[in-house]
Order: sequence, then structure tokens, then C-alpha cells
Amino acid sequence: MTDSRMPLLTRIPLVKGHSARARAGFAAAAVALFGLAPLALSDFRLGLLAKYLCTAMVAVGICLAWGRGGLLTLGQGVFFGLGGYAMAMHLKIADAGPGNLPDFMQLYGTATELPWWWQPFANPLFALAATVLLPMLVAALLGSFIFRRRVKGAYFAILSQALTAAFAIWLIGQQATTGGTNGLTDIQGFFGYDLNDPVNQRMVYFVIAAALLLLMALARQLIHSRYGELLVAVRDSEERVRFLGYDPANVKLVAYVVAAGMAGLAGALFVPAVGIISPAMIGIVPSIEFVIGAAVGGRASLVGAVLGAIGVAWAKTALSEEFPAAWTYFQGLLFIVALAFLPGGLASLVGMVRRRRAARASEEPSPALPVGEAA
Amino acid sequence: MSSGSSIFRRRMVAGAAALAAAVALSACGAKTDAGGSSDKAAKADTSGDTVKVGLLNSLSGTMAISEVTVRDSLKLAIDEINAKGGVLGKKIQPISEDGASDWPTFAEKASKLIREDRVVATFGCWTSASRKAVKPVFEKNKSLLFYPVQYEGLEESPYIFYTGATTNQQIVPALDYLKNQGKKSIYLVGSDYVFPRTANKIIKAYAKANGMKVLGEDYAPLGSTEFSTIANKVKASKADAVFNTLNGDSNVAFFKEYKSAGLTATSMPVVSVSIAEEEVKSIGSQYLAGQLTAWNYYQTTAGAANTEFVKAYKAKYGQGKPTSDPMEAAYTSVYLWKAMVEKAGSFDPEKVKAASDGITFDAPEGKVTVDGASQHIYKTARIGKIGTDGLIEQVWDSGKAIKPDPYLKGYDWASGLS
Repeated sequence: MTDSRMPLLTRIPLVKGHSARARAGFAAAAVALFGLAPLALSDFRLGLLAKYLCTAMVAVGICLAWGRGGLLTLGQGVFFGLGGYAMAMHLKIADAGPGNLPDFMQLYGTATELPWWWQPFANPLFALAATVLLPMLVAALLGSFIFRRRVKGAYFAILSQALTAAFAIWLIGQQATTGGTNGLTDIQGFFGYDLNDPVNQRMVYFVIAAALLLLMALARQLIHSRYGELLVAVRDSEERVRFLGYDPANVKLVAYVVAAGMAGLAGALFVPAVGIISPAMIGIVPSIEFVIGAAVGGRASLVGAVLGAIGVAWAKTALSEEFPAAWTYFQGLLFIVALAFLPGGLASLVGMVRRRRAARASEEPSPALPVGEAA
Repeated sequence: MSSGSSIFRRRMVAGAAALAAAVALSACGAKTDAGGSSDKAAKADTSGDTVKVGLLNSLSGTMAISEVTVRDSLKLAIDEINAKGGVLGKKIQPISEDGASDWPTFAEKASKLIREDRVVATFGCWTSASRKAVKPVFEKNKSLLFYPVQYEGLEESPYIFYTGATTNQQIVPALDYLKNQGKKSIYLVGSDYVFPRTANKIIKAYAKANGMKVLGEDYAPLGSTEFSTIANKVKASKADAVFNTLNGDSNVAFFKEYKSAGLTATSMPVVSVSIAEEEVKSIGSQYLAGQLTAWNYYQTTAGAANTEFVKAYKAKYGQGKPTSDPMEAAYTSVYLWKAMVEKAGSFDPEKVKAASDGITFDAPEGKVTVDGASQHIYKTARIGKIGTDGLIEQVWDSGKAIKPDPYLKGYDWASGLS
């Protein structure tokens, strides 16, 4: 339908009304996040929402890489962790003040000065850039290796899992320089602002909400560009895309690297919101939880994945407060029900309703599935 | 179409930027260097006929097996106190939260207890990682945590009371015991987290100063059940004894492998610092009989207070339920808090802290005294031998309650540790 020499990021024309709906959706989300939530929620609940929004940011990347690109990213914890640790390392150095070692190093370490690989993080610009670029770099190296060798499907998922496990175990082992299982805790300030102050906590929430909307806009742009079409094509039939003259490895690599950057940013913002980053947020279980949130909501739908991630994180808090002794069973049940009966996630419900309505309105055969429901 | 939506996008971005800028400008709070930020602490609610206290334990995940017993024990103490009229005429209402063996969850739940439930004090946490995760939350909100488990020391938070042993009340006496038994070499096995790693650092410093050899040091991830390699390495080392800081269900696998490697309590005794009566029950006493433990309390500890405690616990939770050191320390912590509040005449954390020094309680482990300076308590160290019936019999005690020394300042060999 379009000249193959057109730039890949050109937007392709959409179904009529799609764009207006997106516009309304963005506006509604902005009003909810910037207006309603701060008014309706206590400081504590708003802090929790900030945490959920961080998992939603990871879900945006998962929607792109898994939902659109078919890459089962079971290892997003690594990138979340890289971003989180990069941020936390800078904040710990800043908390300690010039010339001092972070508290845990004085406690568990023997070194009298910062390890060499900590030193660049003393620079706020380097640390900020690293939160996004470091995960992207790791993903690029790893991805080019994996995709060129045409590793896919379950093997890709297993590799991702192995990597998160290895990263978490490494962090735990280096107690003197990474804080071990404790992780980096007791973070007091955020670029000069005192995190103990509820006003600053609120500011962190606004930054996170804005970042989430920005990432969603970016992902939407990618999904509705020619690149987005190509990504879906690779997911559905990699060989055909190869025969058409594209290199599927590069197509997948871009989605993987962008998803990693998003997870890194999420991890970086998680640190000031929660005040801790630890291997518990990085290993196999949290990596699976990131994916589950997107799966429950609908991995191929941007809004579905984001709402799914927020919903699952919220349900975790709500259920555990209500049934402290039995909530894990409820959570498990929720996943099983969602995945067994709605493999396309909750977002597919919307599509089902829409199709049924369309079918009832006219006797014409229902239109081809929108891409979002094909997965 | 595409030009329309790009205008829209530009507007969106501009709008978002303006919004963010407005928010940032209006929302600039205190700077880190502004000194003591005005009193932002959440105020506990003491207005009604009841006061709420938080119980923060892992009720799910790998630590649940141990932490649920602590929660039960805390509830027992609260019920007993309520039955006798409460504290300062108010009944105590426990709010239980699940830390889920996950450290950021502990921080979230601690925050919820303090800021949403407005509890007057919180009891709980087990692993050091969970304590480290909640420590800033309690300090930030100026709220009190009573921590009932033996730990690796090197900490004194102004808002935490430590009612379990610090290293000089558990690990150091256990090493003294091994030394006096003529053990010249030891092998260290632990779970991979802060307590075992720090404990082993202290053990190595002790060993160096006391002419003991450390023949090996191995860590397994929390929750790991793969121990055949470690058991074989331990066997090959021919050490005189093993110092075990494994936590939770890893112990089950370790002791099974230990036995199948042909090692026994007589050929190579294991001293464990995280195995109490509850864990003996789940590991199986056939694997553990004759092995040593280091604690401050056993179910068999003599004394009227303990007889009462064991009886009350079994009456409430079942005859088959054993009592253990962390449970006892948790139970004691509630009574110590009550005594502090009554001495202070107030639930206010600052007044409670000020009143804490010298508070005593006839605990099941014997009389304990609060050391106000370190907010730890004086405790008697006890070495026990696990019996075939699953109970632990004391074989040695320190004779008197040892003054807490979390930074091991009183020990020359420990000078390089912190």
C-alpha cells in the first residue's frame, strides 16, 4: 500500500475515528492522572499509584515487544533493575555527600573509596542518561546476538529468564558494592529535593504520570507507523518478511531495545517513588509479574496492557490488605481465569462487544480483525 | 489526516509540558539541605477507646513458615493484655499486614500501617533485608517498630527496638562455646543475604583472633533446595564443626543432604542460629537429633513465666505447636512496649523512647532489661542440643543476661568490622 522507500516511521492512515478516540483517550487519561487522582487519593495511595504507573511503563514496552513483536520478554526485570540501580546509585552517592561512602558500603564493605564502576554515577547527567541508555545498550548487544542467530519463541523466553536470574544472583553476591539482598535502601533525596516531604513525593508522582503518557504516545506512534506494521508482520510470519527483503532481526531488535529503555526509565522512577531498589524487584518472579499485568489487560493493546499492569498491581495491594493470609490464592486465580478465558486479555472483551454489535447491525461478514486482536 | 493528528500531537506535548511545568513550579517542597523539614510525621490515632498496632509479617512466600508463628505469638500477647484491661485504659486492636517475603512490599505495608491505619507502634519483620527496607519508613514517619528476631548487629535506628539477640548475645557466645569444646576448624554455610554474610564476617574475624581455621564458606540463594555440592564440600573439608546461618526452608534440604553424605552430629556437629523448635518440626528431628543451636530461649527453658507462656500458646493454637526464640522475643516485645507506654503515660513515640531505659519484664526467657541507649535488650545466651522429640535441651548458658553491643565495641578483634 505504500512505497517501500518511504521512511519507516511514516504514519499509515488509520481507520476513520481511530485518531479522535485516541485523542479523547489521552485527554481523559491526563485529566485522571493529573487532576482526579491527586484530589481523590491520600498521599499514601498516590504514592502507591506512582508505583503502579512504573509497572505500567514496563507494560508499554512489553506491549510493543511481545504484543506486537511476539517476543516473550520474560526478562524485563534486568532492564528495570539496570535503570533502578543506575538511579539509586546516583542518589546514594548524593545522599552520602562529597567524599563519603554510601552507608551500606561503610557497613559491609572494606573499601575506603567508591568502586571504579560507581564513580561515573556521581555525575547526575551521566546517571540520568544511564538509566535509559544502559538498558538499551545491554538489550542491543544481547538482542543482536540472539536475533541474528534466529533464537526465538521459548528459547528466547528462557534466555531472558536466565539473564534476570543471573543478574539478581550477581547483585546479591556483591553485598559490599551493591547492598546484596537488601538492595539500595534509605534513599533520602532526589536531585536536591527531600523525599521525606509529601509535596516532593507528589512531584515525583507527576513526573511518573507524565513519563507514562509520553511513553504511551511514543509507543502509539511506533505501532501506527510502517515500522509497527512490519513488526506485526514479523510476529505473524517472519519468513515472509524475510523474503520481502527486510531483515527481521533488525525489526525485532528495535522493539526489544525500545522496550528495554522503557523498563529502564520505569526502574529509575520507581526508586524515588518507593525509596528502594533490590534484587527482589529484578529476579524471575517480578519479571513474570510484569508480563502477567500486560497479559491480563491485553498484550497487543496499548491501553489494555497499561490498564492491566495498573489493575494487577492494584489488585495485589487491595487483596493483600483485605486478606493478608490468603491473597496470593486470589491473585493466582485471577491470572488463571484471565488467561484461560481471555487469552487476548481484558482488552479483547471490548473487541468482542464491538464485533458483536457490528454483526448485529449488519448482516455483512465482520471486518478483518484489527491488528490488536490478532494475537 | 496525518497532518491533523500531528498538530494534535504537538498540542498534546505542549499541553503536557505546560502541565508538568506548572505542577513542578507549584510543587517544590523542602530541599534536602533545608535542615529538619517541619514535622511531617504521620500522627498516630489515640483518640478512641482502642489504639491500633501494626503486625507486619510475611504470611506468604518463603519466610511465611517462620513469620506466621511470630504473628500468632504477637496476637497472644495482645489478647492477654486486652483481657487485663489494655494499655493506658485502651484496648489494642491489631492490624495484620502481609510482607509477602518481599522487601519493597514490607516498605509499602509499613507505610500503609503508619499513614492509613495510624498505628501507635508496629511489631514484626524477620529478615534483615525486610528490616532495612522498612527502617527509613519508620524513621521518616517517626513511628516505632519492635523487631523480634536475632540479627547481624551493626545497626541502631532511633525508631526501632530490637528484642532479639544481637551478635554478642548469640553468635559470639556460640563461637566461645565451640572454642571451649576444643573445635579448631569450622566450615560456614549460609543463605545468600545480609545476615549470613555479615555474621560470617564477624565469625571470620573471631576465628582469626582465636586461632580457629575457617575451612570454607558457602552461600545458597534464599529458598534454594540444592545442597549436594555444599554437603560434599563440607565433608571433604574435614572441619571440626559447621556454623550454619541458612534461613527458612533451605535447612530442610541441607540437613537431608548432610545426613546422606554420611555426616552426623558426633562426626561433625552443626551449630545453627536460625533453626528453632518450629523449624525442627518441619525439617524432621531424625535429621537434626544431636545437632546444636544458639538462641536465648527454648521451649524447655525453666521458669514460671515460660510455663505460663507455653501453656497459653498451646491452649490458643494447639497442643502440637512448639514455641521458639523469635516467638518469645515477639511476645516479650509487646509487653515491653506496654511497660514503656505506661511509664511514659503516653503513646507518643518520643516519650515512649525516653521512658524505655531500664524497663524490665519477666519474660519466658528470664528477666530482660531494655538498654535505652542502644534500644536493644539484655539477654542470656543459650546453647541447646536438639532431641529426638523435636525439642531443644539447653547444654550451656551464659549465666547472666549479656549487655547488648550491636557494634561489638567491647571486642578488640572486631575493631575492623564497622
